[in-house]
Amino acid sequence: MLESRRFVIIGFFALVGLIYLLRLFYLQVLDESYSIESSSNSIKRVIEIPFRGQIYDRNGKLIVYNTPVYDLLVTPYKVRVDDTLRFCQVLGIERRDFDSLMTAASAYSRQKPSLFLRQLSKEDFASIQDIMVDYSGFEFAKSSLRTYTAPTLANTLGYVSEITKTQLEKQEEPYYRQSDYIGQSGIEKIYENDLRGKRGTKFVMQNVAGVYKGPWKNGELDTMAVAGDNLYSGIDLEVQQYADSLMVNKVGSVVAIEPKTGQIISMVSAPTYDPNLLASRYFSKNFAALVRNPYKPLFNRPVMASYRPGSTFKLIQALIGLQEGVITPGSGFTHANCPVGCHNHPATSTVALGVTHSCNPYFYNVFRRLIYKNNIKNTFKASAVGLDAWHDNIAKFGIGQRLGIDLPSEYKGNLPNKKYYDRFYGEYRWKFSNIYSLSIGEGELLITPLKMANVAAIIANRGYFYTPHVIHGVGDKKKVKAEYLVRHETGVDPHNFDPVIEGMIGAVEAGTARRSRVEGITIAGKTGTSQNKRGDDHSIFIAFAPVENPKIAIAVFVENAGAGGVAAAPIANLIIEKYLTRKITNKALEERMLKADFMSKVILPGQKKPIPVDTTKKKPVVPVPAKPVTPAKPVATASQNNQRKAL
Amino acid sequence: MAESKPITKNVDWMVVLIYIACLGIGWLNIYAAVYNPETHTSMFDLSNNAGKQLMWIGTAALLIICILVIDYKFYETFSFVIYAVVIFLLVVVLFAGSNINGSRSWIKLGGFSLQPAEFSKLAISLAISKYLSDPAISLTRKLKDYYPIMGIIVLPAFLILLSNETGSMLVFASFAIVLYREGMPGVIPAIGIIGAALLIITLLFVKWYIAGAIIVIAGLVIWLMPVMTRRRGGLWATILVAFVMIGIVFGVDFFMNNVLQKHQRGRIMVLLDPDSDPRGIGWNVIQSKIAIGSGGLTGKGFLQGTQTKFDFVPEQSTDFIFCTVGEEHGFLGTAIVVFLFIALIWRLVVLAERQRSRFARVYGYCVAGILFFHFMVNVGMTIGLMPVIGIPLPFFSYGGSSLWSFSVLLFIFLKIDAQRPFTLSRG
Repeated sequence: MLESRRFVIIGFFALVGLIYLLRLFYLQVLDESYSIESSSNSIKRVIEIPFRGQIYDRNGKLIVYNTPVYDLLVTPYKVRVDDTLRFCQVLGIERRDFDSLMTAASAYSRQKPSLFLRQLSKEDFASIQDIMVDYSGFEFAKSSLRTYTAPTLANTLGYVSEITKTQLEKQEEPYYRQSDYIGQSGIEKIYENDLRGKRGTKFVMQNVAGVYKGPWKNGELDTMAVAGDNLYSGIDLEVQQYADSLMVNKVGSVVAIEPKTGQIISMVSAPTYDPNLLASRYFSKNFAALVRNPYKPLFNRPVMASYRPGSTFKLIQALIGLQEGVITPGSGFTHANCPVGCHNHPATSTVALGVTHSCNPYFYNVFRRLIYKNNIKNTFKASAVGLDAWHDNIAKFGIGQRLGIDLPSEYKGNLPNKKYYDRFYGEYRWKFSNIYSLSIGEGELLITPLKMANVAAIIANRGYFYTPHVIHGVGDKKKVKAEYLVRHETGVDPHNFDPVIEGMIGAVEAGTARRSRVEGITIAGKTGTSQNKRGDDHSIFIAFAPVENPKIAIAVFVENAGAGGVAAAPIANLIIEKYLTRKITNKALEERMLKADFMSKVILPGQKKPIPVDTTKKKPVVPVPAKPVTPAKPVATASQNNQRKAL
Repeated sequence: MAESKPITKNVDWMVVLIYIACLGIGWLNIYAAVYNPETHTSMFDLSNNAGKQLMWIGTAALLIICILVIDYKFYETFSFVIYAVVIFLLVVVLFAGSNINGSRSWIKLGGFSLQPAEFSKLAISLAISKYLSDPAISLTRKLKDYYPIMGIIVLPAFLILLSNETGSMLVFASFAIVLYREGMPGVIPAIGIIGAALLIITLLFVKWYIAGAIIVIAGLVIWLMPVMTRRRGGLWATILVAFVMIGIVFGVDFFMNNVLQKHQRGRIMVLLDPDSDPRGIGWNVIQSKIAIGSGGLTGKGFLQGTQTKFDFVPEQSTDFIFCTVGEEHGFLGTAIVVFLFIALIWRLVVLAERQRSRFARVYGYCVAGILFFHFMVNVGMTIGLMPVIGIPLPFFSYGGSSLWSFSVLLFIFLKIDAQRPFTLSRG
């Protein structure tokens, strides 16, 4: 009887064996939470950050590249510093800093490396590298900094900085991790995915103390980091810097476009700042200074600032008028019966003369004819129908909409239509007499400098444009974005441009911009004087040259500088000459423009009068003292968030 | 005489082959556990555990030859002498032992240390077998026959407890298996298992709920029993059992909170929820499960284990050697090890049952029970089914004393078994 108990015993053994097998099967095969990827703490993924792509100008000159810098890391448990005083001297830090950095590092981990000093330059590295051998527990990690060959294009290029918490949380696919760098504005932001390259992944082994123990599986699963794509821009660095110098002590914009391609040749947002300020380990300090600056150097005026186009808008009025047949090249108007004022000028018996002398009543009449072209008896209804027809024609010039430039935060502008005025007055409760200031580019019209440069390009091309863009080639194959190869038509026939261009030539030769004409180059231009509530008029000028074969179309805006011919036209023409001939003939004009200070006429928000600006300063790239911190000595950083990526 | 026949003819080769397989696999895994990719020490280098283990295997082979050469009657005749010697050593170690890891249980002999507690299993097995070989002894009828057995077990257990080696002492619970086979009423192991189950349930759930559940079940039993078995009675027995169980539940609760020390309580709580203390007591269990779990179906490959190699798993070559198998060879490896053990123990039970002498059968069951208990607790601990109790996995874990004691234990039985055709049944 007792013999049968062996079956109970064997059954019990077998049952335990079976339970263990099932448990093992569950742990090892079914349960994913113990897989290598998710739980293994001995194998660590290390991300290798590739070099960001470089940016070139139209002549192959480097604009942005990367400088290798060195982060100094400390592993507290290995540290042996016998002579702390000398150590601090070598690194150029205070004893105080040393202590607090060591405490912070130890608090994070005694076994793992923590960031001690950030972004030491190659020179600093070279000078302390040998001495550091005497101190154990410290190691250098290579990293890189964005570096700019010239202190220009700050807003266009944008800056790169550590990813913010919101960005980290909002990213669609989880690519970035804490303390990663990301393009925050300008080209750096728009082309982030091209510039950032492909990150490499390494699997390394570490022991229980977090000490590196070599590659896992001899690196079979590792992927190499691939450097980011280089970008090729249409910027002419020499012209850009020349334009920068002309815009010193002025608030405004310069946008120059190559009409045949839509490539941006130069783009100035004044006042500007040295982009190197935001690519250093003093980023937060410098950034704060720029934010505090009342002239808002971080505001990218060419694409974000809104102005009334003023008289430059008359060019579009004339073109639409000719295309719609309400005027002919030979149409003339006088000042009679016109609510808008004008200045003294010879009779405007043709479109060309109207443009040349920028006659306000002339374009009042053109606009009136355009609005009432539909012959509807009721003037309210006629105005409503006429305005919408006019709106659609103007819109084709890119007014009132985003052009689609490769820069962030492009301002749409404003081009009013029927709905817009209905909101103010009610339907059919307004008519031409309420909106006639549109005729001369005032009223509710809002444009950006970029849009007006594009208008100049349209006229240069006699009817079409390519979307203005800074970057025309991505990567080694210089791939062009498809949207920048689309030719946008304005619907105005090429022959209708002849009288307008003739008028523009006249404006430069003998009209409103005659004082800045350039010997030997036929420039077609148009001044504008944009009224604004705050202070003097803004000086505007748009132009293209040479007329026979346009190579550059330009718009210059100088805030509160007065009439278009005073500041904008000379600056534009100097830039045109520089671009086309690489030299300047009218040295006196150049000298005057370099020295001109219109900034002191700018009334800042919240103030009644302009604040005096110290004009004795020769070349303040940053107008209000955002004093760059001199990177002579390394400065201690206590940030523990920036753990080195490796290990 | 039959005894002149070579031992090789009669020894059970299946057990020998499994034994060799276990040693071989164990040795390779010890090498993997201590392998350092930076220094590339050889498997045969005596400075590391793998090399030393090879030496232990060699000496174990010598011991086995001795065992097989010695007359089989020696073990039965000298059972109590061997027992006495081991008891003596256990006393000696209390005074002269060297302190390793807080337990005073090692005797230093030259360069090597010996742990007498490892051999207490052998001594008790022989002593119990010898005692039960008397046909007059009956475990079914006479309670007084239990007293000597209790004495045989409790004496070394007490000495081991004094030397702070609790793990080895717990192994003595495995003798319940052989006692059950020899006639101990089935209620006793049943009570033991139900008690353990109640203990765990008490730790997991609120004690009032459990008490309620017990009352409901008791009520069902009282109500259904007459219907199912057409038999009345058992009413008071059921009520008594229910009360005892509720008493245990509250007793356990009291015991856990008021009697056990903090670290002992911790070890039990971690079994139930390792994440309750991931950096402390739970560390071993969590790391061990990660190591085994990360092996997947086929493992990371020989010498490719990272959890074990870089010291995440403690005691990698001794108590947690099973983790290395799991990490480097995956489910295939662990399943093979489980199969080897179950096959070995199964075979031992089969061999025990075919013995003609009671001495041989009891001894065979002792061996099977001890090996099974070690296997169950050691593997169970690495996969989170048992509390962390530091006892080795037979033939796998690094260590001379344990390898010797298990080898001796096993091969004495094989020697006795080999003589079976020539012995007479004594009942």
